[in-house]
Amino acid sequence: MGQIQLNQVTKSFGSVEVIPPLDLTIEDGEFCVFVGPSGCGKSTLLRLIAGLEDVSSGMISIDGADATQTPPAKRGLAMVFQSYALYPHMSVRKNIAFPMKMAGIDQAEQNRRIDAAAKALNLTDYLDRRPGQLSGGQRQRVAIGRAIVREPAAFLFDEPLSNLDAALRVGMRLEISELHERLATTMIYVTHDQVEAMTMADKIVVLRAGVIEQVGSPLDLYNRPDNLFVAGFIGSPKMNFIEGPEAAKYGAHTIGIRPEHIDVTDASGPWSGKVGVAEHLGSDTFLHVHDTGLAETITVRAPGEVQLHYGDAIHMSPRAELMHRFDANGLRMA
Amino acid sequence: MATQHSRSAARLMMAPAVVLLLGWMLVPLTMTLYFSFKRYLPLRGGDLGWVGFENYTRFVTSSAFWPSIQTTLLIVGGVLVITVVLGVLLAILLNQPMWGQGVVRILVIAPFFVMPTVSALVWKNMFMDPNYGLLAHLWKFFGAAPVEWLSQASLPSIILIVSWQWLPFATLILLTAIQSLDGEQLEAAEMDGAPAYKRFGYITLPHLGRAITVVILIQTIFLLSIFAEIFVTTGGAFGTKTLSYLIFQRVLESQNVGLGSAGGVYAIILANIVAIFLMRIVGKNLDA
Repeated sequence: MGQIQLNQVTKSFGSVEVIPPLDLTIEDGEFCVFVGPSGCGKSTLLRLIAGLEDVSSGMISIDGADATQTPPAKRGLAMVFQSYALYPHMSVRKNIAFPMKMAGIDQAEQNRRIDAAAKALNLTDYLDRRPGQLSGGQRQRVAIGRAIVREPAAFLFDEPLSNLDAALRVGMRLEISELHERLATTMIYVTHDQVEAMTMADKIVVLRAGVIEQVGSPLDLYNRPDNLFVAGFIGSPKMNFIEGPEAAKYGAHTIGIRPEHIDVTDASGPWSGKVGVAEHLGSDTFLHVHDTGLAETITVRAPGEVQLHYGDAIHMSPRAELMHRFDANGLRMA
Repeated sequence: MATQHSRSAARLMMAPAVVLLLGWMLVPLTMTLYFSFKRYLPLRGGDLGWVGFENYTRFVTSSAFWPSIQTTLLIVGGVLVITVVLGVLLAILLNQPMWGQGVVRILVIAPFFVMPTVSALVWKNMFMDPNYGLLAHLWKFFGAAPVEWLSQASLPSIILIVSWQWLPFATLILLTAIQSLDGEQLEAAEMDGAPAYKRFGYITLPHLGRAITVVILIQTIFLLSIFAEIFVTTGGAFGTKTLSYLIFQRVLESQNVGLGSAGGVYAIILANIVAIFLMRIVGKNLDA
């Protein structure tokens, strides 16, 4: 069980309102990702749910019961911190045992859960080591192990992968996703990385300045962004935005077209320009095209290897049916 | 080659300091050893020749020797307990965000800047005097007979005075240590269901282990040789004669330099025993 509901929740630090009134429901068993640029209030929101910060007004309920004034330990939530927050003077075993020790669970049950968690997280060989002797990925797993053994109603992750190198991040991403499939427990995950959000989430909550810009499944957000902010934030490389007469042709203030929805064509394409930097990834080629007369740069994603280099003139044609139209306020049109 | 050259140049340039420091240490040490084997009474005939180990046996067999060792250890131990316990509590208190934090911190450190002689005099005359001291007034206010602190409770009084002086040092070191504690660790413990006193016991105190070790080591070194506080307050009477005070009495009051020097050698040995003992117990903390 782990349904979490926020009702008109606000948070102010002094006179600064970090989170204006906000409503959100996270269903039981859902993998929900809060994503947004740094300083958008996503970590604050997580800390409000955890109970590490008090809400200024509004109500937080967990499984239908009001938990607004419940102390963090009693909410039945487990949190994995960005810095892992392992206890440096305790062995891995003692770190994992700590929440159970605090809860007064008997020793045999503690050992059973520690062994199960260690096995699931490949930590069996490291149980007697100190956190200082572990690598970043192992520390991360210990932190997750400490969260698992509590058998919480929901897991809260605060940018857990941001201290890892790129290769490990991909690996841990998969491990956390697998863990979610296996445990089927609610998980709330905060990140500024839209790739993590897209790959892991059942539901993405895009935040900007404490305001929810859009809530939806990864592909909803990709296919039908509600506004310019979401359109620009979700998807990599970023969506191209074109204003002015070209947009007016489509009856919009701004049109957005994703790099993968622009085809490189011979001389017949409606748009033309000069290739700036071409990034050859093997599977794809990202072309940054200048001098189009539309926007400063148009990014094009061409599949496979494309023999285009700096200074080459090219023609492009956008797929009109995959174009996004936005009005003067940056909101999606129909 | 360059490194070789600069290394020898560095040695050459360091030499004067090393020689000076070595002389500073070796000359008094050699003189102490030299005098400890002599019968040397400056006002009663001066140098009266070599006497072997007589000074050493006389010093330890004197009735004042073992009580002075006991007093020394009681003062050192008492001050250590008080400063470490109160130091930890004060450090936690000062680490809380509050109005006027900077001023309060400076005020807490202030006693450390008062010279030992001065602070002992202030305590003796302004607080502990049985006629016009502040504590006497307090006792009288409640209708009790004023305590003659320095004669009735001489040892606790001196421990109090010295603790007051050293508490800022302990607080300062422990405060810096507590500031380096990762706040997320405390939050994690809070989420793990540890109430405040368990967070202190399981997270804060182990984190402070190393700083407490440093405080104990440094304070012990300085406390073994406290002198001014005793000289100014009780003059060694009422069971407050420490080893260093006994040596002072042998040399200056009895005018027996040889006997005092032998005591000095014992003091060196005692200091080393305590140091080794401490290193063994707490030194492990410094490795981790």
